[in-house]
Amino acid sequence: MIRSLGYVAGLCFCATGAAAQTPVLTIYTYDSFAAEWGPGPAVEKAFEAVCGCDLQFVSTGDGAALLARVQLEGARTDADVVLGLDTNLVARARATGLFAPHGVTTTLNLPVAWDDPVFLPFDWGYFAFVGNADAPQVHSFKELAASDIKVVIEDPRSSTPGLGLLLWVKEVYGDQAAQIWADLADNIVTVTPGWDEAYGLFLNGEADAVLSYTTSPAYHLIAENDASKVAWSFDEGHYMQVEVAAKVAGTDQPALADQFMAFLVSDGVQSVIPETNWMYPAVTPVAGLPDGFSGLVQPEQSLILSPDDAAAMAPAAIEEWRAALSR
Amino acid sequence: MRGWPGAVAAAAVAVLLFGPLLAVMARGGSMPGLTSADWAAVRFTVSQALVSAVFSLGLAVPVARALARQRFKGRGLLVTLLGAPFILPVIVAVFGLLAVFGRGGVVNNLLAAVGLPTLSIYGFWGVVLGHVFFNMPLATRFLLQGWLAIPAERFRLAESLRLPVFRVLEWPMLRSVGPGVFMVVFALCLTSFAVALTLGGGPGATTVELAIYQAMRFDFDLGKAAVLSLVQVGLTGMAAAAAGVLTVPEGFGAGLDRTVPRWGRSSRGLDVIVIALAALFLILPLGAVVVRGLSGLTGLPASVGWAALRSLMVALLAAGLTVALALPMALRSRGRWIGLLPLALSPLVLGTGVFLIAQPLVNPTRLALPVTVVLNALLCLPFAIRVLGPAVDGIEAGYGRLATSVGLTGWGRLRVLLLPRLRRQIGFVAGLAAALSMGDLGVITLFAGQDHATLPLVMYRLMGSYRTEAASGAALLLLALSLALFWVFDRGGRVDVDA
Amino acid sequence: MLTLEKVRVSQDGFDMAADLVLGAGQITALIGPSGAGKSTLLAAVAGFVQVASGRVLWDGSDITDLPPGNRPVSILFQDNNLFPHLTVSQNVGLGLRPSLRLSTDEKGRVEAALGRVGLAGFGGRKPGQLSGGQASRAALARVLVANRPLVLLDEPFAALGPGLREEMLDLVRDILIGAGKTVILVTHDPGDARRVAAETVLIWEGRAEGPYQTGPLFDDPPEALKTYLGQGR
Repeated sequence: MIRSLGYVAGLCFCATGAAAQTPVLTIYTYDSFAAEWGPGPAVEKAFEAVCGCDLQFVSTGDGAALLARVQLEGARTDADVVLGLDTNLVARARATGLFAPHGVTTTLNLPVAWDDPVFLPFDWGYFAFVGNADAPQVHSFKELAASDIKVVIEDPRSSTPGLGLLLWVKEVYGDQAAQIWADLADNIVTVTPGWDEAYGLFLNGEADAVLSYTTSPAYHLIAENDASKVAWSFDEGHYMQVEVAAKVAGTDQPALADQFMAFLVSDGVQSVIPETNWMYPAVTPVAGLPDGFSGLVQPEQSLILSPDDAAAMAPAAIEEWRAALSR
Repeated sequence: MRGWPGAVAAAAVAVLLFGPLLAVMARGGSMPGLTSADWAAVRFTVSQALVSAVFSLGLAVPVARALARQRFKGRGLLVTLLGAPFILPVIVAVFGLLAVFGRGGVVNNLLAAVGLPTLSIYGFWGVVLGHVFFNMPLATRFLLQGWLAIPAERFRLAESLRLPVFRVLEWPMLRSVGPGVFMVVFALCLTSFAVALTLGGGPGATTVELAIYQAMRFDFDLGKAAVLSLVQVGLTGMAAAAAGVLTVPEGFGAGLDRTVPRWGRSSRGLDVIVIALAALFLILPLGAVVVRGLSGLTGLPASVGWAALRSLMVALLAAGLTVALALPMALRSRGRWIGLLPLALSPLVLGTGVFLIAQPLVNPTRLALPVTVVLNALLCLPFAIRVLGPAVDGIEAGYGRLATSVGLTGWGRLRVLLLPRLRRQIGFVAGLAAALSMGDLGVITLFAGQDHATLPLVMYRLMGSYRTEAASGAALLLLALSLALFWVFDRGGRVDVDA
Repeated sequence: MLTLEKVRVSQDGFDMAADLVLGAGQITALIGPSGAGKSTLLAAVAGFVQVASGRVLWDGSDITDLPPGNRPVSILFQDNNLFPHLTVSQNVGLGLRPSLRLSTDEKGRVEAALGRVGLAGFGGRKPGQLSGGQASRAALARVLVANRPLVLLDEPFAALGPGLREEMLDLVRDILIGAGKTVILVTHDPGDARRVAAETVLIWEGRAEGPYQTGPLFDDPPEALKTYLGQGR
């Protein structure tokens, strides 16, 4: 047993130890950003070419897990930059006081105004139900509730898309939200802990549609040459998800962190976002969006709550949702 | 040999379990009370766990009995496959199950074909079905061990005296083994999260574990997470106490390891039906996992290979550590209950606690794999103790006086008497621990850096970026590797035991 | 010479008293009805049960507080006298060295002992492959090689048929006594005692009486033995 533990220790230490000379910029992000098929590798390569540094990603689950990890570590965190918080986590992140202004002045192409001095958007998307092209579609929550279409959604207590859907309904229907959820109850096949499970259930034919993003069909179109998936356009408008990055106030590499924040919204990063993260880039690339993005649903109305409003509204909305669907 | 190593192991386990919980409590500060939503979660958690455990055990009894009585081609394979659902990552098993019972699954297609209304799996009974799929095969393995532990000579004696075998041999065995198995399954269902929510059909199917996840990840309310964790510990403790009261120790004595047929005449027809149904229930969902995974195997990214190697290493080390912790604890009859505690603790709370303790001292990312090994070994401990404890008692009851009379004590007793006679159980325990650790996801997520992804983590990462087909391929690879590990250990434990 | 000096044993609410001196180099039978305390007395000599008072002495030295493995005692139980996972040779070798790390010389002694009990060539088998009589012989071989002068037999041949049992008793007398061991044989069959035991102790309702010369005892039994013999028929 002693020997085997020593073996493990050896394995762990061999991963570090290199790169003693070059400064290291540590970026905490969520899993799929750092994955080899995500934006991470391209971002790392491009930034290391200009910074004279070693960029290291540390990835932790999803956005919520990411923030939880930073909160657990507090001021001792090794992170220099945290990348991948979503709008609904921003209020909680701000309250930690761990983040510093980014100072970036690049003009962003978001459908809504965003001038937060600390949290810098790097991509965004619209939530939408995604279904099969050859199946019936609906164009509002009320229409969905009146139909016998079956959908699968994510739980707002454990997933950011789930919370987005909750705020979407709340934003559109206000006091009537509880009634809408009650009416939707028989359309909801099930509620999953996260996006992965929900999307998997949909692809396996367990539901007619899944709560995902308007950009989801672009993945199937571009990566799989499969045009069979469509996002439903809702007349009531679509709720947005904005993904942000922030510089850690206590970073030991402030100059590198500032350099990275500016780099994040430069064309080098923004042009790889659409086909790696399958979201809209915060700044439209010089060469424009990929072809597969042109035919996507374009909502007439973009809905979003300010981070503070979202944080204030969420607990009551979750309770309302739980009560309406638990019956 | 009997004394201090077991005490040291038990103390280490207690520290490893309660240290993290205390760390989470300390960091959380206040200890908020439970809301009505939390109480609803507690009620749902307990009721589904009770029903799931009743069905899992109730169905496992005839299956284990049939498997103990009948010899047929493929029996060994079927027994190995019994380990499969339990060691699969939850979501893979759920997808497999849905391929059979889901909206577009085999069952509903058959119903539709003959013009019957289709069934929806989602809801309370879906949760129970999911938990039975996970736990009934496990319970069957445990009960099968119980059946095989009844010496063949006793069966022949009962047969020759024309005694009712069930009443004189099998019922006492079930009274001795059953409550413990029930407790294990109940505790496993108590800490269920993804199965309950995904198959539960809505927030009515909220478990305490989901509430912990919410408190930990979304509200960052560590005090709340600690309180909910204590609720789980309390519930599991009550179940363990009840199991203790209901357990009636058996006293079959020992046999001569003869491989004689245990039953002269038995009702083959019913056994065949039971085994066939159980095999279908097991093989159809697993088959779906295999079929779906085959097409994804070619598109696997290179990182999957390294992740698989990492997972194999974690699995082997965790298996070794599990046996190293469980064996000394099993040799002492006092303090064994400590080994059952990990069942009660949420892996998320455990992982977070370790993180809180480790982080001031060392970069947690460096600890990703060692922590995964240690925590997985802890989580496997309840099964290990469950298997090894009664086996040690049985050996001592049968051969303890003989060993003592020839002067076998301490290390020699372990080497000459206990280890050889525990081979079958140690093999099973190591196989189960290796396979479970191979498929574990709960612990690694918090610690893993870019370079420490295990196979299940890569599988989830693939799923999380639309790469469903590659994820299915990774799931198949995971299933194959886990089962292979399980088979190798389990087989290794059985080879040459019956001379 | 085994001395039980005012020994009292309590086990599961059952009390047993004995004050005896048993001769060395011979077989002494302990006879009495079931539940009279024969096995309890044997367990006390072997060290599995603590005596409540009194002393147990072997050749004058006090062994009362020694753990079972350290006593000069071998014991054969009613069943489970062999470890099923060890070969016959290994089982016999345990009598020489519990660690089973035998020297060439010791291996030779194991082989010789197997030959003495008529199991030459059976050393590589496992107990499961032996008949009941062969298993008893293997256990006797272990007792034979062990450096323990006192042998306790707690009805180890009870499950064998009458002919086989007599064969085993003769073997005990010929081999163990021939090797200079002292044997205490628990039995409830007077025939067993008459066949091999020089002396006999009567165990009766928690008391031990004797030892008596076996022949004269059964030729002219005391009242208690008469009752027992009468019941036996």
